[in-house]
Amino acid sequence: MGDYYDPDDLKKFGAIGQHAKTLAEAFFRYYGEATGADGALTRREKALIALALAHAQRCPYCIDAYTTACLEAGASPEQMMEAVHVAAAMQAGITLVHAVQMHNHLEKLVV
Amino acid sequence: MSATVLRPSQRVGAPPDFAATLQVHALRVVPQAVDTLQVNITRRCNQVCRHCHVDASPARDEMMSPTTMQACLDVLARHDAMRALDVTGGAPELHPQFEWFVARAHALGKRVMVRHNLTVQLDGDPRSGVSKSHLPEFFARHGVGVICSLPYHQAGLTDAQRGAGVFAKSLEALRRLNAVGYGREGSGLLLHLVYNPVGPYLPPPQAALEADYRRELGRRYGIVFNRLYTITNMPVNRFRQHLEKSGQYARYLEKLATAFNPAAAAAVMCRTLISVGWDGAVYDCDFNQMAGLVARDREGRVLRVEDFDLSRVLGREIRFDAHCFGCAAGAGSSCGGATT
Repeated sequence: MGDYYDPDDLKKFGAIGQHAKTLAEAFFRYYGEATGADGALTRREKALIALALAHAQRCPYCIDAYTTACLEAGASPEQMMEAVHVAAAMQAGITLVHAVQMHNHLEKLVV
Repeated sequence: MSATVLRPSQRVGAPPDFAATLQVHALRVVPQAVDTLQVNITRRCNQVCRHCHVDASPARDEMMSPTTMQACLDVLARHDAMRALDVTGGAPELHPQFEWFVARAHALGKRVMVRHNLTVQLDGDPRSGVSKSHLPEFFARHGVGVICSLPYHQAGLTDAQRGAGVFAKSLEALRRLNAVGYGREGSGLLLHLVYNPVGPYLPPPQAALEADYRRELGRRYGIVFNRLYTITNMPVNRFRQHLEKSGQYARYLEKLATAFNPAAAAAVMCRTLISVGWDGAVYDCDFNQMAGLVARDREGRVLRVEDFDLSRVLGREIRFDAHCFGCAAGAGSSCGGATT
């Protein structure tokens, strides 16, 4: 288990191009443009979104990287924690809204 | 996974070499002028900050002698083009001849800047107990540009780096500076704040962060200031030791090197500034001073303020080391903030 999620492995991310160079280049270009520059959203807003998603998807590489990216974009720890709460609340909401499906099915089953 | 971290060309390898990186980018960084004389008059400080590249603390005894201070003033007097004196430390206000030095430089018609940690106003001299509460009036009387450390606009990150209670004391010191006119439009009394990261990461964009500071400090505490300077932490002395102890040194250097920006490298401050140590030796900057990289002329002779010769100083080769990546990373860094 010690070999999973080694922080130094993130440096090897570029190696995903080893067997699919063109696709990797297209991805990294897209990724850089989508996350790394101010656009309609600021770089800080994008970093906070990415931090929230990193938690929702439980990616330790991304959590480390976007904790740093948020600080480098000037976000405060309070803003970062609120972003994680948004992710957590959304995940709870996504679970709970499926109860409507359960209710719908209950109504069909229970006479 | 920031865009920087994802850079496909990134490779794990030997420690980065700044001089070689300049060569790769066909950049030649040489002295151009000496606009600013930066003088580090003492390593004593009332604080013990985690990131301090000077290793400053109340226990330090290094103090520039009055003779060496006079030599600095003589150099300023002889060179009209040397328009600014930048006084730093430690907490320079703890030097017994600090006020005489500032007053003399001001009388010479120089623009005087003081690197002020704010808390010394309230703490006073940690060894003698002498009060420093008169500093705002003293600064104002001599038209000193005050450059104040405040690593964030909130208490948590500020106190983590500079010590418990520092943020509250800094706010009080800023209020006192504002009260005598500092940071207020039309007063001519300049109050600049300095942000530096509270760890091994790069500063945010300076303009956006300045807007945050202005909004938060104004709205919450009624504090005004002129400019915010973002300064990158240099891996020298105490900060380097912290990085090494926590296993982050190599990664931080790699981060700085990966973020190398040729435009920032071409704008480094050592082209137009020199730094004088407490013992009179000349350095390319305060970071080289703390790294012990004394400046030498073309013949290899150590440059000193007592026998200052501008042509020898301008003829020197700037000395580079790994920490120089800090000034060339991202938007660049200098004692006047971002450089690009």
